[in-house]
Amino acid sequence: MRLLRYAVLAAVCLLALAFPQLATWADQEFYISVASRVLIWGLFATSLNLLVGMGGMVSMGHAAFFGIGAYVVGITAVEAPQWSGALLVLPLAVLVTGALALVIGAISLRTRGVYFIMITLAFAQMLFYVFISLKGYGGDDGMQLLARSPLGSLKMADDTVFYYLVLALLALCLLGLARLRDSRFGRVLAGIKDNEARMESLGYATFRFKLTAFVIAGGMGGLAGALMANQNGYLSPNMLYWDQSGTALVMVILGGLGSLWGGLAGAAAFLLLEEVLAAFTPHWQIILGLVLLGVVFFAPRGLAGLFARKPR
Amino acid sequence: MSAPLLETHALCKRFGGLLATDSVSLSVRRGECHALIGPNGAGKTTLIGQLSGSLRPDAGVVRFDGRDVTCLGAHQRAMLGFARSFQITSILNDFSVLDNVGVALQAVSGSSFAFWRPVAAETALSTEATAILDKVGLAGLASRRARDLSHGEHRQLEIALALATRPQLMLLDEPMAGMGPDESERMVRLITELKGRYTILLVEHDMDAVFRLADRISVLVAGRVIATGTVDEIRANDAVKCAYLGEEEVD
Amino acid sequence: MNWIFFFEQCLNGLQFGLMLFLLVAGLTLIFGIMDLINLAHGSLYMIGAYLVATFAQASGSFMLAVALGLVATAIIGMAVEVLVLRGLYKRDHLSQVLATFALILIANETTRAIWGVQPLSLSVPAALSGSVELLPGLHYSTFRLVIIAVGLAVAALLYFVVVRTRVGMLVRAGASNRQMATAMGTNIKWLFTAVFGAGAMLCALAGAMLGPLLAVQVGMGENILILAFVTVVIGGIGSMRGAFIGALLVGVVDTFGRAFIPTLLRTALPPSLADAAGPSLAAITTYLLMVVVLFWKPQGLFPAGS
Repeated sequence: MRLLRYAVLAAVCLLALAFPQLATWADQEFYISVASRVLIWGLFATSLNLLVGMGGMVSMGHAAFFGIGAYVVGITAVEAPQWSGALLVLPLAVLVTGALALVIGAISLRTRGVYFIMITLAFAQMLFYVFISLKGYGGDDGMQLLARSPLGSLKMADDTVFYYLVLALLALCLLGLARLRDSRFGRVLAGIKDNEARMESLGYATFRFKLTAFVIAGGMGGLAGALMANQNGYLSPNMLYWDQSGTALVMVILGGLGSLWGGLAGAAAFLLLEEVLAAFTPHWQIILGLVLLGVVFFAPRGLAGLFARKPR
Repeated sequence: MSAPLLETHALCKRFGGLLATDSVSLSVRRGECHALIGPNGAGKTTLIGQLSGSLRPDAGVVRFDGRDVTCLGAHQRAMLGFARSFQITSILNDFSVLDNVGVALQAVSGSSFAFWRPVAAETALSTEATAILDKVGLAGLASRRARDLSHGEHRQLEIALALATRPQLMLLDEPMAGMGPDESERMVRLITELKGRYTILLVEHDMDAVFRLADRISVLVAGRVIATGTVDEIRANDAVKCAYLGEEEVD
Repeated sequence: MNWIFFFEQCLNGLQFGLMLFLLVAGLTLIFGIMDLINLAHGSLYMIGAYLVATFAQASGSFMLAVALGLVATAIIGMAVEVLVLRGLYKRDHLSQVLATFALILIANETTRAIWGVQPLSLSVPAALSGSVELLPGLHYSTFRLVIIAVGLAVAALLYFVVVRTRVGMLVRAGASNRQMATAMGTNIKWLFTAVFGAGAMLCALAGAMLGPLLAVQVGMGENILILAFVTVVIGGIGSMRGAFIGALLVGVVDTFGRAFIPTLLRTALPPSLADAAGPSLAAITTYLLMVVVLFWKPQGLFPAGS
């Protein structure tokens, strides 16, 4: 089983690295940008998995960070084009969304369970309406980007180049999360998810740990949003809307809660399923719904459950 | 016996119309094993909650080592040296037994805002955790998932978690609850070993155990402390017999 | 400010709040008793509206269509409960979110497959299409008055059932203490189904009443679902009283926000900016209300079981 897992992992990594060449070779360059979208959604879902799967904080407002990350790119391009280089604007997106997560988290984490779900949802919805009303930044029409954020002498307009940038950032984030999960902080976070009252009585100020995780997840979600804006050359308030949070949550559950690869696996499975089903019938959402119901009832631990490692 | 380590003054807690803790003044001396007994519903667990900081009292003062800690939360009190075992087992179910103790140790040894270094590489933590498991008799089960232990082993793990935070004061809420005679005997021996090294406030229903372990006893009835004294004084106390022990005999 | 306009907005707020209550009553009970997060509650509202609109077109009678639509939606609701939701009560909130999200996808796409993408029209019955002069100078839509009357009647009926009858007692006991409800055994299973059916019926009623005022279209369920959840949370999960007061509060705040904020903004800001910001700010007010309520009372206004 362990061997199989490594084999699958190695195969996935090889495929990810060689994908643009394979697509070019098969004369299907279109799929390079599809793959970039999968990776970006994977990053977004992974950041939500840090909150939900590792920390037990079910947020329905994660789209707030996705959307704001995108708007950081859009607004910088208009207001301060000299800062719109990827080396500036991507860290800026992380910083802004991290700071936003600090504020939203500090208020939301006073509540628990369903109340937490709803209050995070409320913050994202409020931001959605704020950006609808900001006509200066496109209102509900959104903003078009003239070009992708430049990075040195790289040809960012080339989908292959952009794909590798996304892949590298996703790999960095996954590496960071893998280290975080096994670190002191990660163990405390897992403990809080398991039994928060016990962690309090052991001497942990659990609020601070949860808030820290919320900020990290927010920043990572913001990075995903900034990349998505670059990928599409377009951004709109819809990136803040609650169905984006819902979709990411579905991806996480589909892929496997708390599993390192769960977010990416879920995003890939969800988007591929969408792609394949849509080719069959215009009413593919019915089938997608049935598949999701099947996952809930027959594979409750998600795709990761199929390659589960032993409980810690 | 020296100055009190833990003191409460006129502690009150009300739930709706019920006065669960009615002006409780209690004094636990440094180094003693102080038992808190009382019939079901006397407010023992509510009192422990207020002592450990998970419940905020409506009125009154809790002092630890001379310092007013009434407004401190559970985690702040834990840092001062409070440790608690729960009446209903409260452990980290999905962690291994060793990691349960490890995460408790981590709380008192260095910052846990460390994001990069694998905690498994910290041999100091795992060595100490193993030693604690050895002390409570769980050494052979270190790699088992905590959820899969037996009830008696869960209770032992509770004590291990309390020990791991290097406490001065241990609040043990019915450590023998639901145990068979053999398991109880093992627990009594374990607590006997801890006596003297830690100040212990012991809530327990098992009277034999209480009389063997306690230096002093306080009796809580309907939210009030009706008597405090040595084992012999409490055995001889008429009010206690009437309110509490008599009822036991009728059972 | 114009007093007639103000009074009219009060009535509109009351009317919207009462319709919201129809949706929220079922939602909060299912939430409270069965601990089920049902995202698909809004889909029942949509299905109810579509069925009523279809029956109305076929029969020509609004009343008959409402009666048929209510029964049909209740049956659909109970079928969904028995087939899918029953398996979710003991599952964690996340599985429930995923499964009911799946139900939304299925419901929306099936609706699109049957009725197409064009909104359906559901018109106000002729007898109610006029208006009544409530005060000198205040003409108010008869249909909206009927909505208010129906809402108040249903609220009174629900109050009677929940507070005064044996079934209601069981339901309340379940909402504040789930262990007790499950301990009562197999009968409770069918009580759940019945509560769910009743909730579905209330959804259909709200759909029938709001259908002529708003558009009957795919997606109508999700828009109001969020508002309904906001209301549940403001009121306190599982509390009928909280649901009622929360619904009126949200109804009035939402309506006032839409009616007055754009006007107020225009006094302070240049018109172009005010026109842009007004509707959004109005939409934000309900969320702001919830954040403020939860900040002070993290369990909502009326926490159940206390």
